[in-house]
Amino acid sequence: MRRSSYRLVVDPIACDAAGVCAELFPEMIAADPWGYPVVDGGEIPPELMELARRATVSCPRLALTLVRTDR
Amino acid sequence: MSPATAPTGPTRLLDGAGSGTTVGLDAHLARWGALPAVRSSEFLDAVDGSGLRGHGGAWFPVGAKWRDVAAHRRRPVVVANGAEGEPASGKDRLLLHRSPHLVLDGAAVAAGAVGADRVVVHVTRSSLVDVERALGERAARGVDRCTFDVVVAPDRFLAGQESAAVNAINGRNPAKPSFVGIRSVRDQGVAGRPTLVQNVETLAHVALIARFGPHWFRSVGTPESPGTVLTTVTGLWDAPRIVEVPLGTPLGHALGIGPERARGFQAVLSGGYGGGWLPTATALTMPYTEEAVRAQGSSIGAGVLVLLPTGVCPLAESARVVRYLEREGAGQCGPCVNGLDLLATSFEHLAYRPRSLRGGVAVLATLCGLVEGRGACRHPDGVARFVRTAVDVFADHASLHLSRGPCRADRPFLPVPAMSAAVR
Repeated sequence: MRRSSYRLVVDPIACDAAGVCAELFPEMIAADPWGYPVVDGGEIPPELMELARRATVSCPRLALTLVRTDR
Repeated sequence: MSPATAPTGPTRLLDGAGSGTTVGLDAHLARWGALPAVRSSEFLDAVDGSGLRGHGGAWFPVGAKWRDVAAHRRRPVVVANGAEGEPASGKDRLLLHRSPHLVLDGAAVAAGAVGADRVVVHVTRSSLVDVERALGERAARGVDRCTFDVVVAPDRFLAGQESAAVNAINGRNPAKPSFVGIRSVRDQGVAGRPTLVQNVETLAHVALIARFGPHWFRSVGTPESPGTVLTTVTGLWDAPRIVEVPLGTPLGHALGIGPERARGFQAVLSGGYGGGWLPTATALTMPYTEEAVRAQGSSIGAGVLVLLPTGVCPLAESARVVRYLEREGAGQCGPCVNGLDLLATSFEHLAYRPRSLRGGVAVLATLCGLVEGRGACRHPDGVARFVRTAVDVFADHASLHLSRGPCRADRPFLPVPAMSAAVR
C-alpha cells in the first residue's frame, strides 16, 4: 500500500505572523518582509514529515495544517 | 401552453426583455413557456453537456460544481448571487430588473438538480424591489417547490465573493471572505449546509438550457466557451451600456468598432478591476472567450469592459483603482493588508511622483509576487493581475513618467466609488 502524502496549507486569516513555523521548518517555510510565512505548497518529502508535523502543532494560532494530497 | 420557440440569434437573455421594463410572470411564461419537469440526474447531464461556465467571474464549469454539491449526504442550499460589487458592472442588476423570472427559474432548476429545497437570493439593495415583486408573483401562482429568501448584499467590492456571500447570508462578517483552503462552501456554507453559489446570469442561462437543451445552448459560442455573455461596456457610448455578446466573436465585430474608431482608445480593461488591461487591437480582434482573454493575461471576469479614451493618464486612472481595491480588501490576511497598501502607494508614486518610485517599475512586479496566492480569497491575485497588465500595456507611458514627470491632472474616467470604512 502506498503511504499517504501531505502538503502544508496556511490559513492566512488565522495567521498573525508569530514566525514559529518558519523558524522550526525553514526547509519548506520562509518569512516574507512582514514576517508572514511563504510556504512551499509541494508534497512534503517523507524524511521531513516529522519536522512538518512539529511546525503545525507549534503554531500558536493553529493556522498551519497538513493536507493529504492523495485524495 | 404551446411550446416556446428558442432564440436562434445571439440575443438570448435579453430576448423578450422589452426596453427598460420588467418582464412579469405572465409575459415571461408567454415568451418562454413553463419550466419542463426534468429529473435531477437528467438535468445534471444537460448542464454538463451544455458546457456552461460560471458568469460571476471565475468561469468554473457549472456541471462539475453541481455534481460536487449534489454528492453530499446533507441537503444543500442554493444561492443566486447578484451582489455585483464591480463598480463598472451593471449586468446582474439589469437582468434582475428586466427578466427576474429567468434567474428565479434557473435557481429553481438548480435546486431541483442538486436536491436543495431552499434558495437564497443575494442581491444589492437596488435589486430588492424587482426580486421581491417577482417572488410575490411566483408565490401567488405556486410556481415553485423550493422556498426563496432574499438577503441584501452590502455595497462592497468583495460582497459577491463566494464565501463572503455565504457569510452575509449567515449573518456574520458580511463582505468578508472565509479561508476555504480546506473546506469550501460547497462542503459547508449557508447554515452549515453544502452550498451552491451561482451568479444570477449563470442561472438565467440555466433556465434556457432547461427549456431548449444543451445542443441549442452550444449553437452559439465556442466548444470551450459556449453561449453568450452579458457585458457592461463603458467608454464606447455616452453612458455605460449592457450588451449580450456571443462568445468567440471578436469584440470589434460584436461592438461594431472598426480600425478608425479603435484609434480613439488607449487600451481596454477586461474583467473589471480584478481583471486586466489589454492593448486595444488585441482586445478587439481576438476571439472573445475566457481562454483567449486569459492567454493575454486578463479575463472576461463578470463581463466588464472599459475602453479607455486617449487623452487621460492611464497610470493615474490605474492608481486610483489600485487604491480603491486596497481599501476594499477585507483586512483579514497579513500579506494582503501589507502588500496591497505598499502596491497602491508604489503605483501612486509612478502616477503622480515618479521620481519617488525607488527601484522603478520593477518594484511593482516584485510586490505583485509577494501577494499572489497568499490571501484567503483571490482578491490579491486580482489586484496583482490589474497591476501587472497595467505596467505591461502602459510601459511606454511609464517610461515617459520616469523620464519627464507625471501628466497634468485630468478628470477621472474609471468609476471608483466613494470609499467607506463601514466594514473594516
